[in-house]
Amino acid sequence: MGFNKTLIAFQTIVVKEIRRFMRIWVQTLLPPAITMTLYFVIFGNLIGPRIGEMNGHKYMDFIVPGLIMMSVITNSYANVVSSFFGMKFQRSIEELIVSPVPNWVILTGYVTGGVVRGLLVGLIVTLLSLGFTDLQVHSPLVMVSVALLTAILFSLGGFINAMFATKFDDISIVPSFILTPLTYLGGVFYSISLLPDFWQAVSLANPILYIVNAFRFGILGVTDIDVGVAFLMIIGFTVVLFCLSLHLLNKGKGIRS
Amino acid sequence: MNHALTITNLTKVYDNEFEALKGISLVVKQGDFFALLGPNGAGKSTTLGIVSSLVNKTSGTVKVFGYDIETDLVKAKTQLGVVPQEFNFNQFEKVFDIVVTQAGYYGIPAVEAKISAEKYLKKLGLWDKRDEPARLLSGGMKRRLMIARALVHEPNLLILDEPTAGVDIELRRSMWDFMRELNEQQGTTIILTTHYLEEAEALCRNIAIIDQGRILANTSKKELLQKVSAETFVLDLDKPINSAPELEGFECRLNKDGCLEVGVAQEQDINTLFTELNKQSINVMSMRASSSRLEELFIRMVEGEE
Repeated sequence: MGFNKTLIAFQTIVVKEIRRFMRIWVQTLLPPAITMTLYFVIFGNLIGPRIGEMNGHKYMDFIVPGLIMMSVITNSYANVVSSFFGMKFQRSIEELIVSPVPNWVILTGYVTGGVVRGLLVGLIVTLLSLGFTDLQVHSPLVMVSVALLTAILFSLGGFINAMFATKFDDISIVPSFILTPLTYLGGVFYSISLLPDFWQAVSLANPILYIVNAFRFGILGVTDIDVGVAFLMIIGFTVVLFCLSLHLLNKGKGIRS
Repeated sequence: MNHALTITNLTKVYDNEFEALKGISLVVKQGDFFALLGPNGAGKSTTLGIVSSLVNKTSGTVKVFGYDIETDLVKAKTQLGVVPQEFNFNQFEKVFDIVVTQAGYYGIPAVEAKISAEKYLKKLGLWDKRDEPARLLSGGMKRRLMIARALVHEPNLLILDEPTAGVDIELRRSMWDFMRELNEQQGTTIILTTHYLEEAEALCRNIAIIDQGRILANTSKKELLQKVSAETFVLDLDKPINSAPELEGFECRLNKDGCLEVGVAQEQDINTLFTELNKQSINVMSMRASSSRLEELFIRMVEGEE
């Protein structure tokens, strides 16, 4: 395929993906908006004033970056895993396999769809948060790049999950038993400086801690970890997951017998 | 003449060690209307699955219009349109979107894709349904939708894996006309698998019969039908008879409907049959073949008689 045809194929996948999650916006865009508003009200407004300051910021201000990241992570992951597995389940993935679309275009197309949903939900949550707090962005470049890289990383994670999944249960195991606990333990609601030394060290093995802190640095200018290390980790994981996804796609894991 | 499809020593062993293809070789000429016939589990769908990249081959080569699917996969795929046995589209998407999206996968710009989608949806009688979700279509409509989708990029080789399964007789005939038109007027090479041997006999010029992963026959329909050594005719008589008559040179029996079934060898003159019947004052009101000639041959071949 030439460049123009490849670009059209890429656009087709992305547009199809965006059309899919927009068509079911009640399932894809509305729930995170409601959930995050509840977090803002309960943790920020009701409980937050009793907690006081965290790392020199009001508790509400402290949790907003983590909650935005939580939305980006879960939605970029969920979009790709449900869409790609849905195609496998309905066998409409065969439409793509028989066509001349190169595998890297299939992968980037689906990841872009996940990124768009992740960032769109992140934007919605950010706008909602403005109703509860007066955010000042410390470093827009860090904020945007962390959000973008995180959406790419977790879209790739969703893609790999979908490649291995053989039934609907398989696409909910990782989000329920790995992603959610890691997110809650990734410093969304607290600074790891509050933890005993042992648990601080354990927390450093959680990749989501780096993401949440890097994003918090972009907004508030405070972080528990080195932002440079966070970027290296996110980029490193992204490269590894991209290569793994492409390898699985080339092998036809779960999609070709 | 160029070959639309060249398969050489193709084998497929699945993970469960089932050997689906045992080194088959096959050539389909450009412009041909070709049938690949065989009983369930013979290897038809595996063969077509490998050609269309849905199944990984174990060994052997497959070339589509000269493009090897191993080294020139993108070019090979561009030549192909595939209509699978099972429905494989997103049931929640609209008919028009399914076809236009498929064109997009082939790099066709949106404006051209919409024109092509309209053309084939109209030809296949689905234009009125274009804004409906695919799940609301009837079984026959879903099959036609898959044909429209496979044709939207105007492939040179169309693979149809049991395209008329579950389709009523009237619709099947109209689909036959459409396939004939596609083959004769647009020059599209068509490879068809079907369980309706009458369909292969009516449409195809060349036929391969596959069973247990091996090709049993691969020749023209004409040559294949010449192999039919005898044909059974069913005769409706003007009045019932109690037992089958003894006719010199013919095997006769009465079936459960009271009709006379007569086996006629290829070298036998059918007029002789009527002469013999006249001698015994048996009048025939109408006559038909008990099954298609191809069906008779197919059954004999897969049962190992030929």
